[in-house]
Amino acid sequence: MATVGLETNNQSRPLWLLAELTYRCPLQCPYCSNPVEMAKYKNELSTDDWIRVMQQARKMGATQLGFSGGEPLVRKDLEVLIKEARSLGYYTNLITSGVGMDEKRILAFKEAGLDHIQISFQASNEELNNYIGGTKSFQHKYEMARLVKEYEYPMVLNIVLHRKNVDQIKDILDMTVDLNADYVELASTQYYGWSRVNIDQLLPTKEQLIHAESVAREYQEKMKDKMKIIYVIPDYFENRPKKCMNGWGNIFLTIAPDGSALPCHAAGQLPGLEFPNVRDHGIDWIWNDSPDFNKFRGTSWMQEPCKSCDEKHKDLGGCRCQAYMLTGDATNADPVCDKSPFHETLHNDVKRIDKLSGNKEFESKPLVFRNMKNSKDIMTDKKTPEIV
Amino acid sequence: MKLENETILEIVPTFRVQWEEVQDCYVVLYPEGMVKLSQSAGEIMKRIDGKKTIIDIINDISATFEGADVTEDVMKFLEVVYGNGWIRNK
Ligand code: SF4
Ligand code: SF4
Repeated sequence: MATVGLETNNQSRPLWLLAELTYRCPLQCPYCSNPVEMAKYKNELSTDDWIRVMQQARKMGATQLGFSGGEPLVRKDLEVLIKEARSLGYYTNLITSGVGMDEKRILAFKEAGLDHIQISFQASNEELNNYIGGTKSFQHKYEMARLVKEYEYPMVLNIVLHRKNVDQIKDILDMTVDLNADYVELASTQYYGWSRVNIDQLLPTKEQLIHAESVAREYQEKMKDKMKIIYVIPDYFENRPKKCMNGWGNIFLTIAPDGSALPCHAAGQLPGLEFPNVRDHGIDWIWNDSPDFNKFRGTSWMQEPCKSCDEKHKDLGGCRCQAYMLTGDATNADPVCDKSPFHETLHNDVKRIDKLSGNKEFESKPLVFRNMKNSKDIMTDKKTPEIV
Repeated sequence: MKLENETILEIVPTFRVQWEEVQDCYVVLYPEGMVKLSQSAGEIMKRIDGKKTIIDIINDISATFEGADVTEDVMKFLEVVYGNGWIRNK
């Protein structure tokens, strides 16, 4: 977007509050970014807790609020929370699978002041959508997406891409055109949480990516005045990491269902964090003073090769979770970076999967679906995602 | 579209313009995003209300800033944000 009159200032503020209301979800997407240990998050915050969090964060400048999960529709108090959020002046986003929604609720959300609904699809056809989501949901989602438009919400459709659905990108985009979406996010799977467990089955091949990118570009051009298509290639295929979360403790504040505050929704897996809880602390202290939010802020925590790298302000060393998962040390450079000594290992792993994919035996390995049972199994077996 | 003096503009309903106390500026909000406005941009955007014509807006701003001629700046800005899809004809 052109940014006339844009002013940036560099003071860090929690501009974006992500409220993960619950980890309960009727779907079971095998790429879900929720922690694989989600079964241990039992004690959900109350309505009053959430209202207090929203008030405190708003005072510090938060403007965007995402209600997410799990499936936020599972929370019966969602309408109340939306109403409170809107009256505080938030721009309110509901990030949902659409399962658990009906016309009555869409209307109630509108009356409560909800600004935007983002619906995710698993694929463009019933069979694959339902298989990946682990639930019969396609028809219902489609109907809900139609209603979102009818009730004049801006419509954002989100489709997570991976090896099992990326070849259908054209059908997926045709579906979004059909639904009159305003924005389409074609998000490549990020490999943490459940998708790391399932990486052998989900990582696309180089060939698939080349095809997907050309189709995405074609539709971006064709739909340029009607629909904004955001397409991001998975960073495992790049040589420089992303500036993850726009910097640690810089603009993003995630609150997990149990009230732990995190600088990023995947940070729950990092060792050595204390996870300050909103039941015990105010947002002001958590953001400005807690050890967690200062741990990887700025650049002083870095070691080589980041420490003396002249690009360090550009990407801030990439993703801390990825660094930890792939190297065992969260203060290392994100191995997506080709200056990282672990880059080659990552690259070889990508090549290994590229070679094996299409192979019948390899492809028939079952997906580990995201559900509480598998979560408990993983926790008790300590079948934690393998690290390189 | 041509932006004429008599054109009445409104903010496209999927965008929201609001004053942010903490950041001391107007912002434009849209799904999962925000753009901070400079002071002059804020002065223009806050006057777009589905009632005022472009010339009303120009006169109003000019009056606020001691009669300065702001016509060109306002028109340039409106063209850009029209292209952004933030505003439309009423
Ligand atoms: S990714 Fe799928 S399983 Fe995970 S929260 Fe979203 S809809 Fe539920
Ligand atoms: S070495 Fe570190 S700071 Fe430099 S480009 Fe790579 S990840 Fe970024």
